[in-house]
Amino acid sequence: MSKKTMVNPRNAYGKALIELGKKHKNLVVLDADLSKSTKTIMFAKEYPNRFFEMGIAEANMISTAAGLASCGKIPFVSTFAVFATGRVYDQIRMDVAYSKANVKIFATHGGISVGKDGASHQMIEDLALMRVLPNMTVIAPSDATQTGQIVHLMAEKVGPMYARVGRADAPLIYHKDDLKDIKIGEGMIVKDGSDLSIISCGTMVEPTIEARSTLKKQGIKARIIDMHTIKPIDKKLVMKCAKETGAIITAEEHSIIGGLGAAVAEILADENISCKLIRMGIKDIFCESGDPATLLEKYELNEKHIVKNAKKLVKN
Amino acid sequence: MKNYDEKTINELELTAVKIRKHIIEMLYRAKSGHPGGSLSAVDAIVALYFAKMKHNPKKPDDPNRDRFILSKGHAAPALYSILAESGYFPVDELKKLREADCMLQGHPVCYCTPGVEASTGSLGHGLSFANGVALAGKLDNKKYHVYCMMGDGETGEGQVWEAAAVASHYKLDNITAMIDRNFLQIDGNTEDVLRLESVYRRWRSFGWHAIEINGHDIKQILTALDEAADHKNQPSMIILNTVKGKGVSFMENNVDFHGVPPNEMERNLAIKELTLLEKKLEAAL
Repeated sequence: MSKKTMVNPRNAYGKALIELGKKHKNLVVLDADLSKSTKTIMFAKEYPNRFFEMGIAEANMISTAAGLASCGKIPFVSTFAVFATGRVYDQIRMDVAYSKANVKIFATHGGISVGKDGASHQMIEDLALMRVLPNMTVIAPSDATQTGQIVHLMAEKVGPMYARVGRADAPLIYHKDDLKDIKIGEGMIVKDGSDLSIISCGTMVEPTIEARSTLKKQGIKARIIDMHTIKPIDKKLVMKCAKETGAIITAEEHSIIGGLGAAVAEILADENISCKLIRMGIKDIFCESGDPATLLEKYELNEKHIVKNAKKLVKN
Repeated sequence: MKNYDEKTINELELTAVKIRKHIIEMLYRAKSGHPGGSLSAVDAIVALYFAKMKHNPKKPDDPNRDRFILSKGHAAPALYSILAESGYFPVDELKKLREADCMLQGHPVCYCTPGVEASTGSLGHGLSFANGVALAGKLDNKKYHVYCMMGDGETGEGQVWEAAAVASHYKLDNITAMIDRNFLQIDGNTEDVLRLESVYRRWRSFGWHAIEINGHDIKQILTALDEAADHKNQPSMIILNTVKGKGVSFMENNVDFHGVPPNEMERNLAIKELTLLEKKLEAAL
C-alpha cells in the first residue's frame, strides 16, 4: 500500500477562510474560545477586525451570527460539533433555520475519532439534529481538498448551512482538479462498480475506497459514492445506485439514526425500491475514550468492517 | 438634552391608547395571544417608532435604519399594530392576526412581516441578535442604533447573560436594551418564580449603563432613550417599571391575562375604558 498524504481538514478550513476573506469583504468569523482548534485563528490573524471572539457562550454566538447576517454579513461560526449543534439547537432553529439566515456553521471534532476526550466530546447526533431542521443544508466533507472547496461553495451560496469535519489528520483523497464540478447537493461517484454501492460521507469515505481495493481482489466490484451533502440528499444518485447495483452500504461516523444511512433508507422506502441495505454507524449508543483506531475497530467503523458487510450483502 | 413639549407627549400618549385598542381587538378576534405583556410594553415601543428611531416604513430594508428587536416575541400584537400605524403595512391586516395564510404570525417572523427584524418567540435570543446587528454597525461605521426589548421573566434565560457580557465586552454603545419590568410571569410574581432583584444592580455589574424609569411615562421614556443613545463606551439598559395589562383596569396586575385573550364582554369593557381615555387625551390636544 502506498504511503498516504495526511492533511488536516481543519487547516483546509482555515486556509479557505483566508482566501474567502480576501474575496468577500463582508465575510466575518465567530468562535467560542476554540479558534486554535477549529483553525479560525488563521483568519483572525489575517483579518482581526472581522473576527469575533465570543468566549464560552455558544448560544449567544449563534444568535449574534444571525444578527450579523441580517446586516448583509456572511458569518462563519465555528466550535466543536457537540457545542455547535446540540448545545445551541434552539438558537439554530429560531435564528438560523426558521429565519432563513445566511449563517454558516462550520464544526470540527465530529464523530468518535475525536478519541480520548470521550463521549462528551464525540458528536454522533449532529447530522440528525441539523437534517431535521427545515431550510438547513448539511454537509460532511471527506478530505482536506474537498473541505476547502466546500467552504468556498458555502460562502457563495445563500442560506443556512451546517458542515462538520473530524479532529484528526485525514488521508488526501482528491486533487483540486478532481473537484472542478463539485456542487452542494450532488453526490460524487468516486469509483464505479456493479455489485454494490458504498455510500459514505466525511471521515468514512477514505476507508470505503480502501475497502473497495480489498473487495476487488476477492472479485467484488464496489461502487464508491462520496455523499458529502447529507441534505439536500442527491436522491437521483441514490436511486440510480439502488437500481443498478441492488445493494447499498452506508457508512458514517454518526449515529445510525437520523444521518446519511437514514436519509438513504427513507428514499428507498418512499420510492418503493427493492434494494438490500446495511447502515454502518454508531448503533444508538454513546461510545468512550480511546485511541481513534481502537474505537473505530471496536465500534465496527473501519475498512475491515466495510469489507465484512459488503461480502455479507453480496453473498445474500 | 432634548426638551419634549406637551403636545408631542400628548400625541404619543394618544397613539399609545390607539395601539392598546388594536391589541384588544386583535386578541379578541384571534381568540388567543398575550394581552398582559403586550399592553405593558406599548408606551416604550410607541416612543421609539413615533419619536426616536430613524426608520422609513417605505424602505424597511434601509441599511442605515435604526433597528428594534422585540425579544419578548409574545408581545407581537403591540409591535404589529405599531408597525401598521407607522405605515409598514395596511392597518386592516391586523384583523388577520394568527390566521393561516397571514403575514402576522403568533410570534414575529423576520421575513413574514415588513418591519420585523428578528424571528422571536423562544425567549432570550433577542439581545444576542442585537449584538450581531451592533457589531455589524461598528464594523461598517454605520450610525444606526439598535434597540431590544425583553420581558423581565425572560431574563431568567442564561443566554441573556451571555449576551449581556458580550455587549459589554465589545463596548456596544450602539445598543439600548429595555426590560419590561412588570413583575409578573406566567407562574406568578417574578420574585417568587425566580428572583430577579436587583435588576438594576445586575446590569450595572455586567458593565452596562443602567437607567430605571416609569415605563408608562412617555416623557421619562424619551429622556432615558436620549441619555442611552448619548452614552459612550457601554451598552445601555433602561428598566421600564411597568404594569402588566396597563390601560385596562381588570387586566392590570392580573397574571391571568398573560396568555388569555378577552372574551366579548371583557373586550367591550376594555374598549369602553380605552375610548374614554382616548377622548380625554383628544380634548387636551
